[in-house]
Amino acid sequence: MSGSMRGFRFLILMCLAGALAVPASADTPDPSPRRVVSMNLCTDQLAMLVAGPDQLISVSYLAYDPRGSAMAEEARAYRMNRGLAEEIYLMQPDLVIAGSFSTRATVDMLRRLGIPVAIFDPAYSLDDVRTRLREMGDTLGRANAAEALIADFDAQLEALRAGSAARLRAAIYYANGYTSGDRTLAGQILDAAGFDNAAVEAGFAAGGILPLEVLALLDPSVLITGRRYPAASRSEAILDHPVVQFLREGRASGTFADRDWVCGTPYVLRAIAELRDVHQSVAGE
Amino acid sequence: MGRLVIALSAATCALFVAALTVGPAQIGPGESLRALIAGDSGPLTLVMREIRLPRAILAVLVGGSLGLAGAAMQGYLRNPLAEPGLIGVSGSAALGAVLAIPTGLAASFALGLPLMALGGALLGVVLVVALAGPRGSSLTLILAGIAISALAAALTSLVLNLSPNPFAANEIVFWMMGSLADRSMLHVGIALPFVLAGWVALGTLGRGLDALTLGEDAAGAMGIGLTRLRLTLIFGTASVIGASTAVAGAIGFVGLVVPHILRPLVGAQPSRLLWASALGGAIMVLAADIAVRVILPDRDLKLGVVTALVGAPLFLHLIYKTRREFG
Repeated sequence: MSGSMRGFRFLILMCLAGALAVPASADTPDPSPRRVVSMNLCTDQLAMLVAGPDQLISVSYLAYDPRGSAMAEEARAYRMNRGLAEEIYLMQPDLVIAGSFSTRATVDMLRRLGIPVAIFDPAYSLDDVRTRLREMGDTLGRANAAEALIADFDAQLEALRAGSAARLRAAIYYANGYTSGDRTLAGQILDAAGFDNAAVEAGFAAGGILPLEVLALLDPSVLITGRRYPAASRSEAILDHPVVQFLREGRASGTFADRDWVCGTPYVLRAIAELRDVHQSVAGE
Repeated sequence: MGRLVIALSAATCALFVAALTVGPAQIGPGESLRALIAGDSGPLTLVMREIRLPRAILAVLVGGSLGLAGAAMQGYLRNPLAEPGLIGVSGSAALGAVLAIPTGLAASFALGLPLMALGGALLGVVLVVALAGPRGSSLTLILAGIAISALAAALTSLVLNLSPNPFAANEIVFWMMGSLADRSMLHVGIALPFVLAGWVALGTLGRGLDALTLGEDAAGAMGIGLTRLRLTLIFGTASVIGASTAVAGAIGFVGLVVPHILRPLVGAQPSRLLWASALGGAIMVLAADIAVRVILPDRDLKLGVVTALVGAPLFLHLIYKTRREFG
C-alpha cells in the first residue's frame, strides 16, 4: 500500500515537473531552440553539422563510435546520452530530436513531460540527404547554414558524377547475406559511383537477404562487402564463405565503412568517392 | 528389419538428391546435377559444390546425430521424453559454441568451435544424467531439462548481448532455432570427425541398451559394465550434439519424433532403434530443410521452426500419455 502511494506521489511530481517545463520553453522570445538533445546516430550528425554554437548540448553514444559515426571526433564536444527519457529530461532540453526508429516509449514519455520532440525519417536516397539537412535547418532555426551545406553537397556530388565512365555491375553484400537495392541510400551511393546494382536484376529493389546461390549466379563484376566489426560474429562469417571468396578473387572488390554509408549526411560523398576509385581501377584495366 | 533399413536408406538417398535440386536459385534438376558431377569453372558448379552439396551433407550428419542421440538417451534413461534439445544438451552446446566466437577460439584454430560446443554439450549431458539419475522419472528429467535449457539460453543471450559486435545480438535466433543456410565444406570438415566418432561410440551401445530393458541388475548379471555404458553414452551424445550444434545451431524435437515413430517398427528393441533413428533423423532434417526452402524461399525460415511445429504437438501427446506418472 505504502509503495503504491509513493509511486502515486512520484507520478504527481513528474506531472508537475512536466507542466512546469512547458511554459519555461514557451516563454522564450526567440523561437529557435537553445538546448537541443539528439538521440539518434543520424540526427546527431545532422544536428552537429547544422547547429549554431552552444545550441546542441548532447548527442547519442553511437555518435562517439568511429565505426558507425563519421563525426566521432566532433561528438566529443557534446555530452553523451543513451536515449533514456530520464537522463534526457535531466538535461532540461527545450527540444529533443529523435529518429523515426527511436524507442516509442521514450519519445512518448518525453512528450508527456512537456518536452517537444522532433522526429526525423531516415534517408533512403541522395535527395533525402538534402531534405534532411533542410528539415534540420528549419528545426534548429538555422535555415541559412543548412542551405550552405546543401549547396556544398550538390557541388561536390556534381564533381564526383562528372566524367562518369562505362557502367559496371556490382553487388553489395553485408553480414547475414543482406543486400541493398536501388531504393536505398546504399544503392544510390552505388549508382552515383557509376555502378549498376546486380541485386536489382534478382528483384531486390529495396534490399533484403540475397541468397548466396543467387549472388553466385548473378556473378557481379565487383563485390562490395561491409567492413568487419571487432569480436567475430556468425553473421559476418558468411563473408568468408568460399563462394564469396571466389567472387572476390581475380576481380575488384570494395569494402565500405558503415560510418559513411548508414546515415544520410554529406559524408556519403566520401563513400561515393571511395567507390569511384574502385570503379576507375576496374574500368582502367 | 532388413526391409526397414532398405526403405529408410532409399528415402534418405531420394531426399538427399531432392535437397540438391532445391534452392532459391532457379536451376533445373538435370542441369544442377550435371553441374555438380561434371563440373566446370562456372557459377553453377560453384553453387552446387560449395553451397548445396555441403548443405545436404550437413542435413544428413546433423539429422543422423539428432536421431541417434535421441534413441540412445531414451534407451539409457528408459524414458521416451529424453531428447537432446528438450533436456538442454543442444542448448548448452550452443552456449559453448557462442563462447568460442567472441573469444576468437573459433577463428584461431579450426576445431575451436566444435570442441567448445562439445564441452558445452558434455556439461549438459552430465548434468541431466546426474540430476535425473539412472532410472529418472519423467518429471525429474523434464524439470532438470527445463532448468538446464533456461540457464543455457540465458547465458547464450548474455554473451551475445555483451559482444561489441553489432550483429551478435541478432544471432540468438540462429542458436535457438538452427539453420543450414549458406554453410560450406569447411563446416562439413569441422563437424565430420566428431560426428563420426560419436556415431561409432553410440553404435556400440546396442547390446547394453537391450540388456538394460530388463533392469540394471539383470544387465549387470549379463556382463554389461554400466559405468562404461554411461560414459560411452555421455561422450558419444556430447560429441554428436556438440558438432551438430556448432555448425547448425540447436535443432529441437528430431530426437523425439523419430524414435517415437520408429519404435513400433523395430519391436521396441533399443539396439535396432539406434540405427533406424539415425536414418530417420537424416530423413526428417533433409525433409525439413527442403521445406524451409520451398515454403518461404526468401525469408530464411529457420530449420528449428519446422521441426518444432512437427515435434511440439507430439511432445504434448507423449506428456498426455505419461501424465499418470506425473500425477
